Amino acid sequence: MFSYLLRRLILVLPVAFGVSVICFLLVQIAPGDPLTAIMPVDATAEEQAAMRAAYGLDKPLPVQYAIWVGNLAQGDMGRSIATGRPVAGEVFGAVQNSLLLAVSAAVIAFPIGIFLGFLAGYFRDSALDKAVTAVSIAGVSVPNYWLGIVLVIIFSVNLGWLPSMGAGPGGSRDWSWNWEHMRHLVLPAVTLAVVPIGIVSRTVRALSGDILSMDFVQALYAKGMTRFDVLIHVGRNAAATALSVMGLQLGYLLGGSILIETVFNWPGSGFLLSNAIFQRDLPLLQGTILVLALFFVAMNLIVDVAQAAIDPRIKRS
Amino acid sequence: MTLTEPLTSAPAPEARKGYWAGVAGRLARDPVSMLCLAVVAALILAAIFAPWLGLADPYKGSMIARLKPIGTPGHILGTDEQGRDMLARLIHGGRLTLFIGLMPVVFAFFIGSILGVVAGYVGGRLNTLIMRVVDVFFAFPSVLLAIAISGALGAGIVNSLVSLTIVFVPPITRVAEAVTSGVRSLDYIDAARATGASALTVIRVHVIGNVLSPIFVYATSLTSVCMILAAGLSFLGIGVRPPEPEWGLMLNTLRSAIYVDPWLSALPGVMIFVTSLCLNLLSDGVRSAMNVRD
Repeated sequence: MFSYLLRRLILVLPVAFGVSVICFLLVQIAPGDPLTAIMPVDATAEEQAAMRAAYGLDKPLPVQYAIWVGNLAQGDMGRSIATGRPVAGEVFGAVQNSLLLAVSAAVIAFPIGIFLGFLAGYFRDSALDKAVTAVSIAGVSVPNYWLGIVLVIIFSVNLGWLPSMGAGPGGSRDWSWNWEHMRHLVLPAVTLAVVPIGIVSRTVRALSGDILSMDFVQALYAKGMTRFDVLIHVGRNAAATALSVMGLQLGYLLGGSILIETVFNWPGSGFLLSNAIFQRDLPLLQGTILVLALFFVAMNLIVDVAQAAIDPRIKRS
Repeated sequence: MTLTEPLTSAPAPEARKGYWAGVAGRLARDPVSMLCLAVVAALILAAIFAPWLGLADPYKGSMIARLKPIGTPGHILGTDEQGRDMLARLIHGGRLTLFIGLMPVVFAFFIGSILGVVAGYVGGRLNTLIMRVVDVFFAFPSVLLAIAISGALGAGIVNSLVSLTIVFVPPITRVAEAVTSGVRSLDYIDAARATGASALTVIRVHVIGNVLSPIFVYATSLTSVCMILAAGLSFLGIGVRPPEPEWGLMLNTLRSAIYVDPWLSALPGVMIFVTSLCLNLLSDGVRSAMNVRD
């Protein structure tokens, strides 16, 4: 197990390097001068040069990259061009809110997805199976930013049951575990849960259907095992794959919540990202993307290691 | 989803017509697929011929006719926040939404197939180089990658096409590489190479025919995600620029009307949902008609 862990960790390094290069290049592909946003229109050539030197933009690209990575290693992600505050602080505050949203969505989606998928796989080709399949196809097909708007129309505009915006009363940005804040979490979390419900139920349906048709299931029944005990065997066989799909979904939830955060004005990383885009605040854009992508890489790593821990066949390959 | 195995019933070039006729036949017997095909075809045709359908001008607003409800005489689906006819804008909106929603998958299908087939056939260092770069792109959730590139490049139709193509090349390359590696290890490829055929000839004659259909099926399964992402970029304001009619952008601008006429403001999303649902069901239908395992 330890050697597997080590091998897997070493494999992460080139990917993390590649991710940092792409994030670095994001600023380079952006049209225009990154300083136009803050530079006065009548800045003299001398002032412009001084500004460029201050941001290190006068050096060749590989050198800029090396400096950027060196600073990253010390936890310095540069300063936001729009606010002048350190990017790292802004990003980590926002990522906490996004993580809360993503985990809440996962807590809603995974049990429902597993339950529906298992029912459909167990009762293959029944009306129930068809209904679950329809739900999962609808789940993966729905543009969730639109679904969020529809839920707002139903539960905020028409019924007035739930708030439509923000993470807390009065535009509060800081989370606390009380009723008012929880009410703000319901609609975005449910909206975000719909796609993973579709994907997880689809996966679990295929998995449990396949495993139930295997010979060993017949053998277990034949030796007189109860239905419940057989299902535990089936569950253990499905666990590794199901876990890896769910782990990846959690990563997608964090990286993919930007549209939902925009719909609900949720003060998370997606909200930060869209502000960064509209203020052309490239260091902030770069930092947010980097943190989210590295989180996704870490999630992949955890999933692989957990899968190997559960299923010994994976370690050997 | 593993597509590492090539089609076992690999059709010989002469038999290919029969194979595709069989696929079309099986697809035609599936009522759900045919319904979805009809809906998608109708949407595409309506989008192409929108200017000649006798609709109202989708750009012409009216200060006094803003946010008329659905069912208003003269405006069957009402008017938007600037008094522009919703029916005309929804049908015209299909032009950009479908174009930006489908073309990136087509581009990525060509680029990804070439990269994947080359990587899978040539192998060695070139394979390592291509596939490691692909791995890096897999470190980004697709939504994040699309938003990152579009956010950096700025709004615009071409920028959206570029960023979405970049998002879909890596997954298609990975599938193409896996399928090609599988085909390459088969005996008849060795036989062809033993006769002295060049790599290009072997790829053209023996590899392409066997790998294209699994890659194609996989690519069709990406169209619905691409549609949702394309409209999502416009919804965020980093896709199509106003005043162009586009479903995602319309959904965004109509959000201000959510308390005035909520259901009107949800209409453009219905179009996105219906299209993406039909694309998904159609892709599932094509997959089972081609007997590709998933």
